[in-house]
Amino acid sequence: MPDGTSRIPVLQVEDLTVRFTRRNTDVAAVNGVDFSLQAGETLTILGESGSGKSVSLKALMGLLPGYAGVSGKVWLNGEEILGLPAAALAKLRGGAVSMIFQEPMAALDPVYTIGEQIAETIVQHEGCDNRTAMKRALGLLEQVKIPSAERRLKNFPHEMSGGMRQRAMIALALACKPSVLLADEPTTALDVTVQIQILLLLRQLQEQLGMAIVFVTHDVGAAAEISDRVAVMYAGRFVETGTTRQVMRSPMHPYTQGLLSSTVHGGMRGRALETIPGSPPNLAELPGGCPFVPRCRYAVDACRQGEIPVVTTQAGAMARCVRAKQVVEAQHA
Amino acid sequence: MSTALQQAPRAVDARDRGGPAQPLLIVEHLTKHFPVRGGLLNRRVATVQAVDDISFSVRKGETLGIVGESGCGKSTTARLLMRLLEPDSGSVVFDGDQVGDKRGIAVNDMRRQMQMVFQDSYTSLNPRMTMAESIAYAPRMHGLGRREAYDRAESLLSRVGLNPRQYARRYPHELSGGQRQRVNIARALALQPRLVILDEAVAALDKSVEAQVLNLLTDLKQSLNLTYVFISHDLNVVEYMSDRVMVMYLGRVVEAGPVAEIYRHPRHPYTRALFASKPTLDPDRRTTEMPLTGDPPNPINPPSGCRFRTRCRFAQPRCADSVPALAAPFDGNADPTHLVACLVPEAQSAGAVHHA
Amino acid sequence: MSDITLDRQLVSEADTLVVPAPGYWKSVGQRLLRDRVTVAVTVVLFGILFITLGAPLVTHYNPYAGSVLARLKPIGTPGHWLGTDETGRDLWTRLCYGGRLSLLAAILPVTISLLVGGFLGILAGYAGGFLGTLIMRTMDVFYAFPSILLAIAICGLLGNGLLNSIIALAVVFIPPMVRVSETVTTQARNLDFVEAARASGSSTLQIIRHHVLANVLGPIMVYATSLISVSIILSAGLSFLGLGVTPPQAEWGLMLNSLRQAIYVQPYVAALPGLMIFATSMCFNLMSDGVRGAMDVRLNK
Repeated sequence: MPDGTSRIPVLQVEDLTVRFTRRNTDVAAVNGVDFSLQAGETLTILGESGSGKSVSLKALMGLLPGYAGVSGKVWLNGEEILGLPAAALAKLRGGAVSMIFQEPMAALDPVYTIGEQIAETIVQHEGCDNRTAMKRALGLLEQVKIPSAERRLKNFPHEMSGGMRQRAMIALALACKPSVLLADEPTTALDVTVQIQILLLLRQLQEQLGMAIVFVTHDVGAAAEISDRVAVMYAGRFVETGTTRQVMRSPMHPYTQGLLSSTVHGGMRGRALETIPGSPPNLAELPGGCPFVPRCRYAVDACRQGEIPVVTTQAGAMARCVRAKQVVEAQHA
Repeated sequence: MSTALQQAPRAVDARDRGGPAQPLLIVEHLTKHFPVRGGLLNRRVATVQAVDDISFSVRKGETLGIVGESGCGKSTTARLLMRLLEPDSGSVVFDGDQVGDKRGIAVNDMRRQMQMVFQDSYTSLNPRMTMAESIAYAPRMHGLGRREAYDRAESLLSRVGLNPRQYARRYPHELSGGQRQRVNIARALALQPRLVILDEAVAALDKSVEAQVLNLLTDLKQSLNLTYVFISHDLNVVEYMSDRVMVMYLGRVVEAGPVAEIYRHPRHPYTRALFASKPTLDPDRRTTEMPLTGDPPNPINPPSGCRFRTRCRFAQPRCADSVPALAAPFDGNADPTHLVACLVPEAQSAGAVHHA
Repeated sequence: MSDITLDRQLVSEADTLVVPAPGYWKSVGQRLLRDRVTVAVTVVLFGILFITLGAPLVTHYNPYAGSVLARLKPIGTPGHWLGTDETGRDLWTRLCYGGRLSLLAAILPVTISLLVGGFLGILAGYAGGFLGTLIMRTMDVFYAFPSILLAIAICGLLGNGLLNSIIALAVVFIPPMVRVSETVTTQARNLDFVEAARASGSSTLQIIRHHVLANVLGPIMVYATSLISVSIILSAGLSFLGLGVTPPQAEWGLMLNSLRQAIYVQPYVAALPGLMIFATSMCFNLMSDGVRGAMDVRLNK
């Protein structure tokens, strides 16, 4: 829960842009993203493939390949981090800011035991000796509710089941008490019963440790379970932001509305599903104006050119749409 | 935009042999175990009991949903039905004819009437073949002339919503996931089957594309008089698409019945835990308790008797002694086809912990 | 945090960039043309091919005619720009004509092993089970021998001559060819589209012909090309040991042997056949690397 007294945001991002320039294409996978995050707050970036959500996270960690052109400003605990040299950035990673992935094997080295990997991170960042680090590792495994934690310290990643590997990866990410945890679709590949365990675990850990979480997903259900605020991403930009309740109860952007109404649930039995026509855009050939126009049923001429203005409500929700009012009206009609 | 889908009277297929009352598929005691080999001489050291003595039936014109988590055996079941794997024991009866039996129906003939759509839209297509070639392949192998096969391919492409002029000559890597899956559906329809098995067919798609493909599947089912077996781990999608549903756990069926009844009033403790694990869609009513702890176990060396007993709150000593058979629920049921595999009355009647 | 996941994620984000692309083989060709090393090497190989096949066009000498007076002349001698060998034959001419047999002894065994080994490997890979195990374990027996020793043993059994050395090398190359083909076929066989073809009721032969072959021949051909460079060296080795081509025929390995004595008199001239073997082998090697790289590109890009 956001602490009302801390005003300095833990993470602040301004105009983050990532361009990929290949042979004859110049694509802005992320095109001017702004947000700020308080301690203890969870922001979900909701989007489909091609929206740029994963690229944004990697840009925050400095994990993009050399040919990616990253620009903008990112402040972590008040310090600017985008322009930092590689060594300083490496120190931050795993320390102040940590990341968990969809596939645990991406973060876990198959040739070292879990205990060794967690201890190594702690030693690297805090300089203590191995024994202390191992004790901390044990404590972390217990914190992420891995059964028989003492035995698991000596397990290799392949000796653990999928859900346990996910927990081990979370333990690794939390080893140095990060201020910000970046989560890139951590529950997408999990079974339903395991998914809810991990979501609850993340909520619990956040309450205990007070860290901020940026959670990237395409699953509306996961977003509803875990986030305080939601940002809907399309073609590299946030097209709508707000509290979870605002975005899910009264979406202002046609894409958000389409996304929510095309999310299947049993109550829709017997009826054709409402769909968003067409497919996600080709970032290399975006039309001028709003990138959602080819699929939007509210589109008018004003949508097709120039920068789309941002509409904000009094409650603090934002939508990048000229027709936001009509979208809201259509729902309550 | 939301239209009610009417139940049009079903035209009788020319190949129908058993009549409307005959289920299209009857599966009895199907079993498949995989040996795990190891050691110096590659001996069998353990057995993966992937599918263990399952029985069910699929009525003509319905959609049977199969849900379960990893290790439950639903994908293996799909491959057993298609005879891509040989069952260790058990029988499959297609429209009254025993599959593989001399007096029944040959496997190859059954394959003309039963087809499958796989999960991975990319690896399901030969990267060296154009879309039209992939679709026309099966009809040509079964004797259709080149011209007719390609005509059929093109008409199927437009049937699934892809302009043949644009897409017939493309290669798989030029299409998006949703488009490829449409081609996979067209390919499955190329032999004009009566039953289509959809093995996690929409799992890898974006949500907006998923909705489009589901609409397409519903539309095709109606217009082509199809029967579906819809396999998925997504509980919402199964609830939406299916008429009846079957819940699998560790190679066995734990509950089966009409979808409305099962989703509203699940009896088996695993089914209830499964539904309770669905993430809420309402930010004000969040899940606060984990319905189930731990991971879905490995089908190697499963527990004796009821396989769910090691994670079940209501487990009793007799649960380990015998395998519970699928039977009517203890407190009676609204529908006679609702069956549960559980021996403990309290386990079946405990309150539901799931939200809509 | 490895970069490998990174690229896969980026690729999946870029999946929606549905830019119409050329077909697979065309894109392979495009990538090849962009690879300067492979292009250069292929040009050199064509050059070598030209001077060997078109030997009468580039030299007027008789490769068998020697002259006692003109023995072991150094490089740059007027009339014999690469010098002469120990019997006075013009070296450039010997290299050109010798290239024919060297290349033949290099390419023919690989071709034979490609046909036989490829067939056995695809059969073993697709059928699996008992037949597959039988084929693979039989090949393992041959694998136990180092290739040059096996070649020598077979040549010893069959006797001298170009034909026998070709047979020997073909036998040596069949086991690795079988192994590569079997591996690639097993991988292809487990892909969904092959399962889908089985599910549609096609016969095994139809499936192999339409689905497996096209996807399997590429890597097999690449491996075969890399074998050519090995074959050149092995066949030259056999001739050097007196087991392959016999004098007075021209062949690079044989020439190395006969010029051994001359190494103190004309070291550069004596080294020339070795240089040709080295150059040709390297070129085939680099070319096969380049083709493999061009074909290896992930298609979902």
